[in-house]
Amino acid sequence: MTIEEDPVSLADAPTRRLNMIEAINDALDIMLERDPNMVIIGEDVGYFGGVFRATAGLQKRHGRTRVFDTPISECGIIGVAVGMAAYGLRPVPEIQFADYIYPGLDQLVSEAARLRYRSAGEFTAPITVRSPFGGGIFGGQTHSQSPEALFTHVAGLKTVIPATPHDAKGLLIAAIEDNDPVIFFEPKRIYNGPFDGYYDQPARSWPSHPGSVVPEGYYAIPLGKARVVREGSALTVLAYGTMIHVAEAVLAGKGVDAEIIDLRTLVPIDIDTVEKSVEKTGRCLVIHEATRTSGFGAELAALVQERCFYHLEAPIERVTGFDTPYPHSLEWAYFPGPIRIGEAVDRLLGA
Amino acid sequence: MGGVSPAKGRTGGNLAPLRLHVPEPKYRPGDRVDYSGLVIPPAGAQPRPDETCPAGDTYPLCTDLVRVLGDDDLAAGPWDPRLDAGALRRMLRVMALTRAFDDRMYRAQRQGKTSFYMKSTGEEAVAVGAAFALADDDMVFPSYRQQGLLIARGYPLVEMVNQIYSNRADRLKGRQLPVMYSARDYGFFTISGNLTTQYPQAVGWAMASAIKGDTRIAAAFIGEGSTAEGDFHSGLTFAAVYNAPVVLNVVNNQWAISSFSGIAGAERTTFAARAIGYGIAGLRIDGNDPLAVFAAMRWAADRARANMGPTLIEHFTYRAEGHSTSDDPAAYRSAHEREEWPLGDPIMRLKRHLVAIGEWSEEQHATMDREVAGEVRAASKEAEKSGVLGHGMHHPFKTMFEDVFEELPWHLREQAEQAIHERQTRFPKWKE
Ligand SMILES: Cc1ncc(C[n+]2csc(CCOP(=O)(O)OP(=O)(O)O)c2C)c(N)n1
Repeated sequence: MTIEEDPVSLADAPTRRLNMIEAINDALDIMLERDPNMVIIGEDVGYFGGVFRATAGLQKRHGRTRVFDTPISECGIIGVAVGMAAYGLRPVPEIQFADYIYPGLDQLVSEAARLRYRSAGEFTAPITVRSPFGGGIFGGQTHSQSPEALFTHVAGLKTVIPATPHDAKGLLIAAIEDNDPVIFFEPKRIYNGPFDGYYDQPARSWPSHPGSVVPEGYYAIPLGKARVVREGSALTVLAYGTMIHVAEAVLAGKGVDAEIIDLRTLVPIDIDTVEKSVEKTGRCLVIHEATRTSGFGAELAALVQERCFYHLEAPIERVTGFDTPYPHSLEWAYFPGPIRIGEAVDRLLGA
Repeated sequence: MGGVSPAKGRTGGNLAPLRLHVPEPKYRPGDRVDYSGLVIPPAGAQPRPDETCPAGDTYPLCTDLVRVLGDDDLAAGPWDPRLDAGALRRMLRVMALTRAFDDRMYRAQRQGKTSFYMKSTGEEAVAVGAAFALADDDMVFPSYRQQGLLIARGYPLVEMVNQIYSNRADRLKGRQLPVMYSARDYGFFTISGNLTTQYPQAVGWAMASAIKGDTRIAAAFIGEGSTAEGDFHSGLTFAAVYNAPVVLNVVNNQWAISSFSGIAGAERTTFAARAIGYGIAGLRIDGNDPLAVFAAMRWAADRARANMGPTLIEHFTYRAEGHSTSDDPAAYRSAHEREEWPLGDPIMRLKRHLVAIGEWSEEQHATMDREVAGEVRAASKEAEKSGVLGHGMHHPFKTMFEDVFEELPWHLREQAEQAIHERQTRFPKWKE
C-alpha cells in the first residue's frame, strides 16, 4: 500500500459539500484509482451502483472486474473476499444491510479475524466490509439493527462508524488502507442529512452542516482517533454515528455545556481522549442505538469505571435502544430519543 | 510430490493470462429486447412420469419446461390437470384479486399510508396455483412475494391491510415490515426479511411431520437470487438425506433487485437442475401457466405424501414490476422486457383459456375485475378505520416488550416502564 507518502494537509484543499453517500462514493472512487488491488463486490453494487447508490458509477469508471455484483450469499461474499485478500487484493465487500451480515459471520469471525494470528502473519485479510446499519427509516427488524457489539467482541476485527460525510470519506480511506479486517458501519439514517432525533420535525439535508464540507482528493483520518465534536465541562458524552447528532441537539436544547466525543473507531478505541475528557468533566453519558444488554455501552462504562473511577462525580449513565427486536411502527418509541437522553443528563447533573 | 515441480516461477511466463468472467444481462435500459433465443418448448410436449418414479426420471424435465396452456389457449398434454371450469374460474378470480390488492397497496404506499410494499405482479400463478394444489393444512414457508397463497386460502384482506398499515388492528402489533405476514391458522409461516432462512425450516417441519407419522407436507418458496444462500443448499441436503415430504420452490422471475438470474448461476444451467446434484426429483415449469403450476405442485405434493420425498420446482416467470416500492427497475433493465416476455401474463392466459373453452367472456371478466377491485377497496377502507402508519405508535408501548420471551424478565419490565413514561411525558393525555 502507498502509505509512505507525506501526510496530506487538508488546510488548502478545495472542498465540496457532499452528503454521506457521495462522500463514501468519492472515497471508493479515489481508492480504486490509487490502488489497483482494490475491488468492490456485493449484491447490486455493480451496474446499478448499490441499493443506496454508494457505488454508483464506479463499475463504469473502473471496470467490470473491479466493481461487480455477487450472488446473494453473504457467506460467499466475505469468503471470497478472504481468498482475494490471501492472493494480495484489497477487497471492499458491501453487505446490503447489516441485518444480513449473519450468514457471513463464520467467515468474518473464524477466518478474516484470525488469518494473521493463526498463520503468524503469513496471511492477512485487509478487507473492509461496508454495511449500512441502524434504524430510523421504518425498516422494521431486518433493516434497522445496530450489531456493532457483535464485532467489537471479536478479537482481530476493527469496527469503524462515521458520523459525518467528512469523516465517512477519511475513515473509509483509512479503513481500506488498513491491513486488518475492518467492519465499516454506515448509519443509514444520516446518509442524506444529519438527524437530531426529532422525528416529527422536517428532515435536514447535509449542506447546512459543517460536517458536509469534504476536501477533494485523498485524505485519511487515522483509525483509533476520536473526534471532539464539542468541548465542554459539564459532562462527557461518548457516542458514535447517528447518536452524535441527537446528542448535540438534545444537549444544546437543554443548554448543557457538554463535551461530546464522537468515537469514530470502536476498536481500537481512543482511550486517551475518553480518559482526558472524563477526568475533566467527572460525569459520563454513554449513548448508542443498539440494544442495551452487552452493547458497546457496557464496554465503555467498564472502561471509564476502571480508568477514571476517582474522577467520577456521578454514576455513569447509559442511554440505549431497548432489548427488543427493532419494531416497525413503534420505531420512535424504541429509538433513544430526546426524552431518554434528556432524563439521563438530568440524573447525571443532579447527582 | 514425486517429481512434479510446483507452478512457482511460471507466473508471467508464456501461459495465457486468466480472465474473470462477470455475467452481464443481455439488455439494459433502452435496449430493444429479442427473446427469440429463449427456448420455449411447445405446450403439452413434456412427458409426465408417475409421482412415485425414481428421481432420475424427472431429470430431463429439469432442463425442459413443463407447459400445459399453449399458444392456442388450450390445455394440452399429460400435465393437463383437467380442472373443471368452476375451479379454473376460482383460480382466475384469486389471481385477479391478488393483482388488484397489489395495485391498491402500492398506491397506498405512494400516498404515504405506509412505509413499504412489494407486488407479485406477473407471478400470481405461482402462489395461487400452488395454493390450489396443496391441502389447506399443508404448511407453507413463503418469501415476501407469495401473498397469493394467503389470499387463495381465504385469509381476510382486511387483516393483510391492517398489517401493511401497522395499525391498531394489526395482529402482529405493528412489529413487522409491511407484507411480512404470519398466519398460523392458515398454515402460513411467519415471513422473514432474511432471505432463504425458510428453506431448511420447511424441511425441518416436513421431517417433524414424518417423525410424527402425520400426513401433512411442507412447501417453501424463494426467488432464484436466493438460491445462492447457504440455507438453500442446507435445505436441499437435509431434504435429500431424510427424504423429507417437502416441495421446494424456486420462483425464477429473472431478477433479484438489479441482479439478473445469471448472477445466481443461470448462465450455466437451470435452477431445477440443482435437484440432480442432490438426487431428488426436479421440475422446471412455465410459471406463468397456472395449470402447469397446479399440475406440478400436485404431482410433487402427491409424491411427498407417498413417502417418495422432496421435489425441487423451478417456476420460470418474470417480475413484471419493481422489486419493491423502494426500487426503480428503469435504472437497470429494459422496459421492453416485460412487454416482450414470451410467456405472457398469467391472468390473461387463464382468461383466454376460459374464453376459448366457452366458459368465460369479456363481460364476465370486466365484472370480475370490478368486483375484486371493490373487495379490495372495502377491505382497505375498513382497515383505515384502525389507522394508517403515519409516525407509527398505534400500539400500547408495552407490546414492544412482549413476546421477546414468554415471560417478561426484570430488565424488560424496567425498559417497558421507561418507554411508557416517555410516552406520557411526550403525550400527557395518552392512555396505554
Ligand atoms: C440474507 C439477505 N441478504 C440480502 C437481502 C436483501 N435482499 C432483499 S430481497 C433481495 C433480492 C432477492 O431476489 P430473489 O431471491 O430473486 O427474489 P425476488 O425478490 O426476485 O422475488 C435482496 C438481495 C436480504 N433480504 N436477506
